[in-house]
Amino acid sequence: MKINVKHVAKLANLPLSQNEEEKYAKQLSKILDYMEKLNQADTLGVEPTFNVSGLSNVTRDDETEASLTNKKGHYVTKGVFNE
Amino acid sequence: MNDLTSLTLTEVIESLKDKKFSLNELNKSYLERIRKLNPKLNAYLAVNDSCQKIPAAIKDVISTKDIITTASSKILANFVPPYDASVIKMLDTQGVGVIGKTNCDEFAMGSSGENSAYGPTKNPWNLNKVPGGSSSGSAAAVAADLCVFALGSDTGGSIRQPASLCGVVGLKPTYGRVSRYGLIAVTSSFDTIGPIIKSVDDAALVLEWISGEDKMDGNCYGKKFVRTPLRWTHNIRIGVPREYFGEGLDPKVKKVIQDAIKKLEELGAEIKEVSLPHSEYALAAYYIINTSEISSNLARFDGIRYGKSRDNFGEEVKRRIMLGTYALSSGYYDEYYVKAAKVRTLIKQDFEKAFEKCDVIVGPVSPTVAWNIGEKINDPLTMYLSDIYTISANLAGIPALSIPCGFVDRLPVGLQVLGKAWDEETILKVGFAYEQVTDWRKDKPKL
Repeated sequence: MKINVKHVAKLANLPLSQNEEEKYAKQLSKILDYMEKLNQADTLGVEPTFNVSGLSNVTRDDETEASLTNKKGHYVTKGVFNE
Repeated sequence: MNDLTSLTLTEVIESLKDKKFSLNELNKSYLERIRKLNPKLNAYLAVNDSCQKIPAAIKDVISTKDIITTASSKILANFVPPYDASVIKMLDTQGVGVIGKTNCDEFAMGSSGENSAYGPTKNPWNLNKVPGGSSSGSAAAVAADLCVFALGSDTGGSIRQPASLCGVVGLKPTYGRVSRYGLIAVTSSFDTIGPIIKSVDDAALVLEWISGEDKMDGNCYGKKFVRTPLRWTHNIRIGVPREYFGEGLDPKVKKVIQDAIKKLEELGAEIKEVSLPHSEYALAAYYIINTSEISSNLARFDGIRYGKSRDNFGEEVKRRIMLGTYALSSGYYDEYYVKAAKVRTLIKQDFEKAFEKCDVIVGPVSPTVAWNIGEKINDPLTMYLSDIYTISANLAGIPALSIPCGFVDRLPVGLQVLGKAWDEETILKVGFAYEQVTDWRKDKPKL
């Protein structure tokens, strides 16, 4: 199984080094070869289970709650733009 | 009072009631022991010196207000949650506090504890061995008496497997029984929170405390678990799946598990062979769904909201994001993700069929005892295979218990007891009865 690591890394917004790209290409294709096992399972007419609860679109009241630390009217966070 | 730290939760509550010691003394004893042993074990990432309640250790993927919560990742190196997870609030109302945050595989991804960005946790039974994962620090902290009990999370065995490898009790509840609000999400359709703890009765008590519907977790829809005296019923039917005793299971571990099953038979259980025919596909299905949901859940760490950029993810996290992104990408979605979800249905049906013939299913938790640190770290597939007996419970959403059942080469072995959805009571009963006639839990690691 060949996997285009560069393309997948771009989709995942993951910055990978050259080294990592090579390593993952090897490891991921080995893992995907193992996943081929799934094709042996007969799933004709079987419905997929995405979640055992079977629930969807559960909602709750939208109420204001504790948020980021609030000091003197400012939210205190670590600097975002200085890295 | 050195024995203080070896007491079970129910014994602690009794002793506090009888005023044998105070909460202050209890916390002091634990803090002293943590100071002495944590440098050796690396079980805790943060310790709360001001804990004045019954001291519990909390896996670092569970948010604790004003206490740093890193998920053992560099990307959350300075994340201090502004709120408590629902389970923390529930424990608080029962008089339980957070004595510290425990080490784990980064974002709960791993089977050995070695994927932590803050160094591996060591197995208290042998410091050269892994404690299992991903709730590595929680299991090691309980085994080494560094807390009264711990909370872990179980996505594919992350409570049961480290509990097994460290010789303590671990309970993965039914999916939907315990609120995950405040748990850093890994695989939302598998994630559960449960206790790692010193006795089966303690596990029942903590499950009662933390279970019940929570509007903050849309999938937490189950009723509260009500703890009743765990009485053994003689005609209980125990299923033994033949698929769990085949190739890959260490013969010495197999022998210990078979002896445990014999013990249950002596207690009056009816032992039946059952079949879970799709077990061989479980691991592949699990890792497709697991990584797919990971790639989606971890998109929130976008470098803006939590301050640090995505190159701070560790190796295993990146590997799983890659695998999941691939499985969900255009052209592969049906081939991988949907196919895995269909196989998941088959595995769920396997259990439903098996449970027509028996009340619980027993087998090994882990195919081997604890292995050497570093042994599997460069071979992800081999590492994944160590989850082979635990992942099915997460695919099917059913509850499962790990209880100590012996040793191989001075390393603990755990017996897994799987139950029907919402029937934690029966697996706890079986575990309790077994615990009463064996004395494995009285064995403690020498530290």
